[in-house]
Amino acid sequence: MDAIILQILNGLDKGSAYALIALGLTLIFGTLGVVNFAHGALFMLGSFCAVTLNRILNLSHEVAVPGETDFLGNPLMREVPYVYEWFGEATGAAIIDWSVPLAILLAIPVMGFIGLAMERGLIKHFYKRPHADQILVTFGLAIVLQEIIKYFYGANPIPTPAPEAFRGSFDFGLLLGFDANTILYPYWRLVYFGFTVFIVAAVFAFLQFTTFGMVVRAGMADRETVGILGINIDRRFTIVFAIAAIVAGLAGVMYTPIISPNYNMGMNFLVLSFVVVVVGGMGSLPGAVLAGFVLGILESFASMPQVLDLLPGLNQIVIYLVAIIILLTRPRGLMGRKGVMEE
Amino acid sequence: MTKGTLSRRGLLKAGAVTGAGLALPTIFTSPAAAFTNEPTGDSVTLGFNVPQSGPYADEGADQLRALELVAEHLNGGGDGGMMQTFSSQTLEGNGIMGKRVEFVTGDTATNTDRARASARSMIEKDGAVMITGGSSSGPAVAVQALCQDAGVIFMAGLTHANDTTGKDRRANGFRHFFNSYMSGAALAPILADQYGTDRKAYYLTADYNWGYTTEQAVQEATESKGWETVEKVLTPVGAGDFSSYITPVLQSGADTLVLVHYGGDMVNSLTNAVQFGLREAQANGRDFQIVVPLYSELMARGAGPNIKGIIGSQNWDWKLENQLGAKYTGTNAFVRSFGEKYGFPPSQAAHTVYCQVMLYADAVNRAGSFNPCAVVEALEGFEFDGLGNGPTLYRADDHQCFKDVVVVRGKENPENEFDLVEIIEVTPVEQVTYPHDHPQFAGGELGACNAGA
Repeated sequence: MDAIILQILNGLDKGSAYALIALGLTLIFGTLGVVNFAHGALFMLGSFCAVTLNRILNLSHEVAVPGETDFLGNPLMREVPYVYEWFGEATGAAIIDWSVPLAILLAIPVMGFIGLAMERGLIKHFYKRPHADQILVTFGLAIVLQEIIKYFYGANPIPTPAPEAFRGSFDFGLLLGFDANTILYPYWRLVYFGFTVFIVAAVFAFLQFTTFGMVVRAGMADRETVGILGINIDRRFTIVFAIAAIVAGLAGVMYTPIISPNYNMGMNFLVLSFVVVVVGGMGSLPGAVLAGFVLGILESFASMPQVLDLLPGLNQIVIYLVAIIILLTRPRGLMGRKGVMEE
Repeated sequence: MTKGTLSRRGLLKAGAVTGAGLALPTIFTSPAAAFTNEPTGDSVTLGFNVPQSGPYADEGADQLRALELVAEHLNGGGDGGMMQTFSSQTLEGNGIMGKRVEFVTGDTATNTDRARASARSMIEKDGAVMITGGSSSGPAVAVQALCQDAGVIFMAGLTHANDTTGKDRRANGFRHFFNSYMSGAALAPILADQYGTDRKAYYLTADYNWGYTTEQAVQEATESKGWETVEKVLTPVGAGDFSSYITPVLQSGADTLVLVHYGGDMVNSLTNAVQFGLREAQANGRDFQIVVPLYSELMARGAGPNIKGIIGSQNWDWKLENQLGAKYTGTNAFVRSFGEKYGFPPSQAAHTVYCQVMLYADAVNRAGSFNPCAVVEALEGFEFDGLGNGPTLYRADDHQCFKDVVVVRGKENPENEFDLVEIIEVTPVEQVTYPHDHPQFAGGELGACNAGA
């Protein structure tokens, strides 16, 4: 039982990342009709916002350490971050320690700008082109973004830890009446799940309870009619693209303590996120979130040794297997709407 | 007026005459090459095939730095590096056999097809007489087979799977780097000494060839010391988040996790294991332990503080000579050359390719020929010293180097970003030597060397 609870928690955690990326993908597809293969790269760029802020906060000057030498026998120089000098060592260390949550403040404007620049500079020229063209251009853009990041940050993963306060594990076992240390779950992963729930709720509330959201939803349902009513729906859709980029970026920022960021991390999520979108139903926001969590949990269960002993290799195919079954039984996905991608 | 017509027979005759005419000058003027890409001018071209893109691009970049450095040293530039300490003193800084060393570079992208295509281009278009570099066993085995067929020498880079000098060994291929068996043999006694002889191990293994051979090697070696294997789980390469593989470990009855992962997978799986509290956990009444059979400095940097206290093995470490003395002479000379040129100490990936080029150059000088078969003969059974690993043998039976293996542990309090591991012991070569027909290496034959042309 404890193993099952742990895998459910793992699945919720994996599903959180899938759901956030798929949510952004669905927003873009539902509004602009664009299949954005650069969305994984936006997730990666978000995580590098955290890396960048961490590096900025760690900017240092060198101070010679008396009596010690480096590997070449030269006087050993120790780096002292400027924030230590500006705010004192204790406050400076705390600021660096909290660099990942603080990176949210950096990622929102940066990702919003990147989203706007992508949409206005490139994507808008492909609205009326076939989906194959959109996939090619956005995939190419993803590779360009990856290579830019690799040029500046290298190919090696870059450790970016969570704040010290969140580095331990929470003992779910004690809470549920099991022995101590049977169901340990890292605090930061719980934070990530909570953060996902908050972002998903915020996006839904924004679309559901604001005038802007109402117009966007109307535009998703019938773009032409909204345009005839004199509303500049294109401008709103551009803002939706920026919001989707921010959501992907924030998902990336908060993911950095879970996996050390590297330039290729977005690609690992991209394909799975597309499967999530298709399984959830093209254009369905609740479907994307639901499918994200369902597939995350199934993937986690398929990784259990007991399952792998019975069905070796299931962990590598389970998501695609489930996608095939769902699409055979429900061709529009779990919560797909009639008419989307069916013309 | 006549109308000109061209019959099929006429066309063939004309073509044959024209072809013969064009070929005539070269038939009489070009001597037949004795072997592939025989250098005829005053320079010789080497092919440096390293990952410049893909997950091991940083490791490839470090290899390229070392390869540029060794070319400089061979041509008489810089301080000469390990040329000064190498026991064989045939190299004088005047290139190889008096020919200036030039090189071309290629990108393996850590992809078998890309690595082969890149090596083929260097051989066929650039005239490379030797190929070296690489950071993964899949591409290494593929390029080794290609070099065998093409008739050039392959001096493998960082490749750790047994198969490179086991079932996939080739007469034209040589490996300086250590292998999975050696990691297991070096680690097992130290693990037994440090953690006890009755440990229960759980393996998370990368689902490809290197993972299988390393898992087998570590499992057999540790079981011979009394360890028990509780579970072995294959994990997909590039899984990203390994949490669903990590969480069952503590419930399995195991008290030791062996992470047979490399590169980004190692960084992520180790980070996940630490996040889930395995480092602080207790199992079977003792501290839970994590082992990473193959260490790399660049990966240790990626894993950050999570690497602290984790035991693993290395082919070489830049602190060897300082900590263990003159037996490992050459290390400081290389670190000084590399450090002064680039500003930081070299990785083991850089070291192994530097040694490979120097060994190749020396073999050519001793053989007095670039002919691959002469080079093979010169390298087979060659005993040398002064390249940083202590006394070393290039065994004739399988073209594998035999030398001491370094066992390291993630340092608790690193002084800088390069000081990530501490050497806890060096396992003597006798303990990691195996018969060439050992079951873990069975099924391969060197065959005959191929000079091509």
